[in-house]
Amino acid sequence: MTDKDPVVELRDVHKSFGALKVLDGVSLTVARGEVAVIIGRSGSGKSTALRCIDRLEVIDDGEIVVCGHRLTDAKLNLRALRQDVGIVFQSYNLFPHLTVAQNITLAPVSVKRVSRAEALETAQAVLRQVGLQDKADAYPEQLSGGQQQRAAIARSLAMKPKVMLFDEVTSALDPELTAEVLRVMEDLAASGMTMVVVTHEMSFARRIADQLVFMHGGRVRETGPGDILLDPQTPELRQFMSHELHAATR
Amino acid sequence: MEIGQLNANHAAFLLQGAMWTVVLSAIACLGGGVLGMGVALCRVASSRFLRGASGAYVQLVQGTPPLVAMFLLYFGLPGIGFDVPALIAAGLALVVNVSAFLGEIWRGCIEAVPRPQWEAAECLALSRIQRLVKVILPQAVRIAVPPTVGFSVQVIKNTSLASVVGFVELARSGQIINNSLFQPFVVYAVIALVYFALCYPLSRWSRVLERRAGSWRRRPAGLATLAAP
Repeated sequence: MTDKDPVVELRDVHKSFGALKVLDGVSLTVARGEVAVIIGRSGSGKSTALRCIDRLEVIDDGEIVVCGHRLTDAKLNLRALRQDVGIVFQSYNLFPHLTVAQNITLAPVSVKRVSRAEALETAQAVLRQVGLQDKADAYPEQLSGGQQQRAAIARSLAMKPKVMLFDEVTSALDPELTAEVLRVMEDLAASGMTMVVVTHEMSFARRIADQLVFMHGGRVRETGPGDILLDPQTPELRQFMSHELHAATR
Repeated sequence: MEIGQLNANHAAFLLQGAMWTVVLSAIACLGGGVLGMGVALCRVASSRFLRGASGAYVQLVQGTPPLVAMFLLYFGLPGIGFDVPALIAAGLALVVNVSAFLGEIWRGCIEAVPRPQWEAAECLALSRIQRLVKVILPQAVRIAVPPTVGFSVQVIKNTSLASVVGFVELARSGQIINNSLFQPFVVYAVIALVYFALCYPLSRWSRVLERRAGSWRRRPAGLATLAAP
């Protein structure tokens, strides 16, 4: 893979759950260092598209290439893919029986075989990055939702991924905690991390997106810089934005 | 001290029987635990064959009385040339029985660990074995302790079945004493009390463990904040 190659590429991806068509020909290209933000109402297929990138869902048709891994390849090395891709979920999914530091060092030590000392050093660094340097020895249940989510981000970062996926990571948080998580994500984007973000936070999306993707009914309806939100070209995005505006001022 | 015509000799005999009940229970729990762990792991294995085979084993064992298994081992095996002592026959029958039940209890505990925990571990590139050993099992064990201790009470009571193949454990020693004293009410009341003395602490402990079971189990990550307005 050269520097010019896209980090994430979806070509005409189709995916159904039973009779329900969730992705209906989705194409998307994310270049190195780029932040792509996917928006759209619930059920538009945006989370599914994201999960397909980490092959948590297997697609029916089309092609996905992530960091040089061809996901439809029969010989795909799933664990190699997962080392290149970090993903953060809405529900944090920290391991409750491990401290924050143990959560973070688990994969580097058991997958990448780095020494415990080196893994701990990395853990300290990523915890500083998300502003949790004093929480290394806390258990997840002792943290607020926002802290848990930042710890989850740190856990992914410790694997030194080439691309980070964020699946509605603030949807379970109140506005104050949301802000602290978004701040971490903005820092991460500024540091040059390649990111694909699914979110409902519209002003955040506009601010952080190099490429904004509006999905509707399993298709990409509009794509462009963050400012496409100010001047929707399709009736679907216009309607979506007016709903969002309505929700924001309510 | 005498209860009815029970004297110190009887008491010593009963105590010896109680000791064998404890030994038989330990064999059943330890052996059944080891085998049951294998059953539980096979029940959640990725291999369809292992899942199917272990499922069939559980169905077969749960569908046959342990008493019949003891008869089969103690009276059946000598018929085809294997002489089996009563302790081995009873122990083996109980081990098999316990393994099937514990296997199912523990399968449930493994499956009670929320699905996203598997997914998160998978996304960190952990292998299936690593996911199981480092992420899922430690959580499943905490869920499993109270029902496992509770089940061991059943095991202690089930060891009384060994009396029918002539193994002199607590129930059988009671029978023997009664055969000489003919005071069934007194003798069996005493036997029941001894069983109770063995089982009650375990039931209590199980209850305590249940109450103490890790708070994070009942409050999975995310739910607390999701519930907030």
